[in-house]
Order: sequence, then C-alpha cells, then structure tokens
Amino acid sequence: MSDALTKARLLLWGGAAFLFLLLPLVFSGGFSLSMLSQMGIMVIFALSYNMLLGQTGLLSFGHAVYFGLAAFVTAHAINFVEVGALGLPISLMPLVGGMTGLFFSLILGFVTTRRPGTPFAMISLGIAEMVAASALMFTTFFGGEGGIVTNRTAGGVNWGISYGPQIQVYYLIAVWCFVSMVLMFAITRTPLGRIANAVRDNPERAQFVGYNPTRVRWIMMSLAGFFAGIAGALATINYEIITAEALGLMASGNVVLMAFIGGIGQFWGPIIGAVLVTWLQSALSNFTQAWLLYFGLLFLLIILFSPGGISNLVTIHLPAWRAGVVKRLMPSYGYALLTGGLTLIGVIGVIELLYRGALFVGVHAVIPWIASGLMILIGGFFLRRAIRAVRQVWDDLSPELARWS
Amino acid sequence: MELGETMNPKALVLSDVRKQFGQTKIINGVNLEIVAGERHALIGPNGAGKSTLFNLISGRFPVSSGSISLHGSEITNKEPQVINRLGLSRSFQITNIFPKLSVFENLRCSVLWALGYRYSFFRRVSALHDARESAEQTLAMIGLENRRKKMAGELTYAEQRALEIGITIASGADVVLLDEPTAGMSRSETDAAVALISRVTEGKTLLMVEHDMGVVFNIADRISVLVYGEVIATGTPDEIRMNKKVQEAYLGTQLEEDEGSLT
Repeated sequence: MSDALTKARLLLWGGAAFLFLLLPLVFSGGFSLSMLSQMGIMVIFALSYNMLLGQTGLLSFGHAVYFGLAAFVTAHAINFVEVGALGLPISLMPLVGGMTGLFFSLILGFVTTRRPGTPFAMISLGIAEMVAASALMFTTFFGGEGGIVTNRTAGGVNWGISYGPQIQVYYLIAVWCFVSMVLMFAITRTPLGRIANAVRDNPERAQFVGYNPTRVRWIMMSLAGFFAGIAGALATINYEIITAEALGLMASGNVVLMAFIGGIGQFWGPIIGAVLVTWLQSALSNFTQAWLLYFGLLFLLIILFSPGGISNLVTIHLPAWRAGVVKRLMPSYGYALLTGGLTLIGVIGVIELLYRGALFVGVHAVIPWIASGLMILIGGFFLRRAIRAVRQVWDDLSPELARWS
Repeated sequence: MELGETMNPKALVLSDVRKQFGQTKIINGVNLEIVAGERHALIGPNGAGKSTLFNLISGRFPVSSGSISLHGSEITNKEPQVINRLGLSRSFQITNIFPKLSVFENLRCSVLWALGYRYSFFRRVSALHDARESAEQTLAMIGLENRRKKMAGELTYAEQRALEIGITIASGADVVLLDEPTAGMSRSETDAAVALISRVTEGKTLLMVEHDMGVVFNIADRISVLVYGEVIATGTPDEIRMNKKVQEAYLGTQLEEDEGSLT
C-alpha cells in the first residue's frame, strides 16, 4: 500500500519534471514563454504562502514583503556582479534571494508570530504597509518610482548560458521551481511540518504535548520567507527591473487570492491557483479590458460555492471515484454546466456591452442587450434547478460514500 | 495501608497555592502531595476550583502565590510546554484534540517531542519508527485502531474522549492529570473509560478530577476533597467516606445527587 503510494508519488514528480521540460517546446512563442516563466515564479511564491496559511494557519497579508525585499537585494547583487564587485553566477542568485527572505522573515517573524489569528493578520498588514512606505522613502536602495534596473546577462556566458534568451531564463526558473516544490512538499512530511498542522488546529494542545507554538510559527514563517525570497530573486532575473509594487499590498493580496482560488487544504492547491491566476492576468487581459471584473467574479464564485478552492473540488470527488458512482453525478453536472454556461454567456454579454459603451440607439443596439438579459434569466432559472439536482444526487449518494471517505 | 505516610517519593507537591481572578479568590492556599505511583482523585462540588487547580499545575494559568514542584523540581508559573517536557501531561474537560489531523497523526504528534525530534525539518516523519510504534501502541491501547485514518474531528464523542486520553498518555509522561475523563458519557461508555484509564495509567502517577463517584471509588487509591478553593480532607476512599467534615460539606448531599443521576 505505502509502496504503491510512494511509486505513485515518484511518478507524479517525474511527470511534473517532464512537464517543466516539455511545456516551452509546446508553447514556444515569446508570449507563452514569458507567461510560463511568470507561472513558475508564482508557483513558488504561492506554495511558500501556503506554508503559512494552509499548513500553519497564519493568514498573512504581507507575504510579498519577503518576495519584494529579496527581489531588490538580488537586483543590487546582480548589479554588483556587473561591475565586478561580486563573483556569483546568476544561476545561484535565487539563493541570495532566499537568504534575504530568510533574514527578514526571521526578524519580522520573531515579532509577529507571538499570536495567531486576527492579531497576526493585522500585524502582517501593518508591516506590509510599513515596508511599502519605506520603499518610497529610501530611494537609494529601492530606486524610487523607477525601481532598480538590472541586467541578467551580467554574469557573462557560462557553458553556453548567457540568460539572454528567455528560454534560458525559463529553464532556470523551472529548475528552481521544481527544487522548491520538492523541498516544500518534503517539509510537510517532517516532524516540523506535522507539528505546524497541529499548531494550526489547536495551538494550546500543542503546548501540552511539549511544543512551543510561537516557535513553530516562527520557524515556518522563516522557511516561507526563504522560498518567497527565491521567487523574488527569480522575478528580478526574469523582468530585469524591480519596483516598489513588488512588495506592496497588491502583490500580497494577489498571493492570498492564488492560494484561496487553488485551495489551501491540499499541498498542490496553490500550484493550480498560481497557474490559473497568472494565466488570467496575462491571457485574459489580452482578450478583454474587463478581465479584472471576471477575475473578481471567479474569486467570488469559488468562495461562495467551493470555499476549499479548486483542489477541494477535486478531492471531494475522490470517494465517488473510488465507489465508482461518478457516472451517476454526470447527468446533473451536465445540466448544471449547460445552464451555467448559458448564464455565463449572458453575463459576459452584459459586461462587454457595458464596457464597450454600447447604448440603446436603434433596434440593432437593443437586440444584444435583450439576448444577454434573456440568457441570464432563462439560464439562471434553470441553473438554480440544476444546482438543486446536483445537491439531490449528492444527498442520495452520501450513505454509499460514507464507506469510501 | 496509609499511602501518604510511606517513604514513596512525592511526584507532585503543591504548597500554599493561591489563585485569584481580580478580586475573586478561586484557590485559597492549597497544600497537596501526590505520591509517585498512586491514583489520586480530586473531588468537590461545582465551582470548588478543581479545573482551576489543574490549570495552575499544568501551567495554563499563572499562580497568584505559592509553589508547585514536580519530582522535586520547581514548575511554578513555567510555560505548559516546559512542564510537559518535565514529564507532566494532562487532558481537558472539554475535548481538546487536533480536529483536522487523522487519529494516528494526533497520536504521532503527541510523541514527537518526547522522542527528541523537536522542530526537525530534515527527517521524514514516516521514517521515524519509534514515533510510529509509540503511536501504534497508544492507538491499540485506546481501541481506535480501525479509526486511524479518520479525521479526529469526525469521531464520535466517546471516541474523541478516548483520543483525548490517548494524546495525554502517548508521550509516556509519568505524571498524568485527567480532567473529568468520563464527563458526558453513558453508563457503558463510562465503564469502558474506567477500564481504559486503569490500563493506561498502570505504573504512572494519576491525578484525576471526576464527578462520577462510582468512577472515583473504583479507581482512586486516595482522594482529596476541594471545597471553596481549599482541600478539606485527603485520605483513602474509606477515610473520605467516614470523614465528618466531608460529609457535612459535600458528600452527604452531592453523593446522593450523583448516584441519582447515574440511574
């Protein structure tokens, strides 16, 4: 059993490594490549965030602080390399970022991890605001509005790698992303990882089995800062410019959204969140100017209908899969998909009409409005029935599934 | 046999322990000696301060004055985890487990510190055979083997109570404090719990708060009676039954009530 599990896990990691290798060959365009690079960075960042939220129960609104500070230090380090004041290969710059993240999270974590829950969330917000404000004050280090510009080819050519072409940067990110993923997963399987879960569930009880919850939170936060720092350094290498935005509240909020959309209950949830949100941000924004609205809508829908995120949608179906009753869910799902799709088209229609400033001028202009409105009404009416049907099937199945969960 | 007067070493000594919340005095100078290896019950009417006393001993609350020592070393006002590492473990009246961890993981987490793994993030927890075996043993002892993978929060009440005791004893602490282990249980569940408690505290020192007099007289070697924050008597079950002060202050009425509630 556990051997089979290990094998399955190895297969999964092998598959992930293969995917990292293969993806740029399939999506080889310049746009795809830079999007894939960004996804890799965000996967590390979101996973590091979930070490706090999902694993230790610390809701932080300031995780970008460690990402951003590491990115700035890395930018300066690369600039030192360029003038010959530092002899470090660009490939190892993520370590500089990691150490920077670790350094700051060790210091700030010592202060902030004394209490979990709302006080921690508020303090993290305060620190994020403080760091963001000082970024605009200390312009020598942070470069003011313009940020710090750097040159990723500063290290020259080593073994044919100059980091000029984006594909080389992609593979650098891929390697660091893969290693970080493996390490962060491994940490969940250590005594510390398990005790972090225990502290998340019940810090008081953890004390009465010998653990200091504050210490556990502090160590977890430091490790999370380390990986966030790696992501920050990769961002500097990737974009060759870093501005105060990178450590601001928007960036901190973004990673919260990624974690929640992907799901914080499973290790791989934030990976999905990071990939999806990055894709939405770069691809969807090409299609429509209203992409932020859609993004907000998606977040709202997930929080409303699947608070555990996308990964939770998958895991709740595992018992049904094992029991072999997925087939019985399909008709109601099809119904929901159809009616949901119709409603969605209607909603998209209205949003786009609004965005493009379509007015009621003449019969031709009215028709799209009426069509969209009808689709929302009819679709929404049947969607409610479909949702009820889905619930009904789940209720009917629940006695059977109880044995498989 | 007068256990209190033998030469056995003291596992736990409370001298003149006091606790007040604001102006309200809850514990008024408790002196208590728990002999190593005995099963000691702490009884008393509601509001006598039994749970508060447990919280003081285990470090959950600081004492207002007085001192507490465990195996001769001072533990007054130390942090709970520090006291736990010195070999004192406790359970809670209101179930206090790790609800989103599996039953097995609850027990494994409870032995990690005692086995010296501290905050390690360089070892795979599944490769720690001693931790696994220790958790397995406790799992068997509390009779939850077929629930091992279940999330602790999804267990029945009686199962959670058993797990509560399991977490408490898993680390092998030799002084065990159980706070109303049979609270809210049916008669048959209580019987099972009594058997469990006798089994798991074999060779350990037990201090137990309990309302069910059947359980108390069944398990305890000695009993202390706490009334209004003071220990008014300590002795064997027979001595406590005979004690005039106890009868006046507490047992006469309370015992009838409790036995009435049992039927």
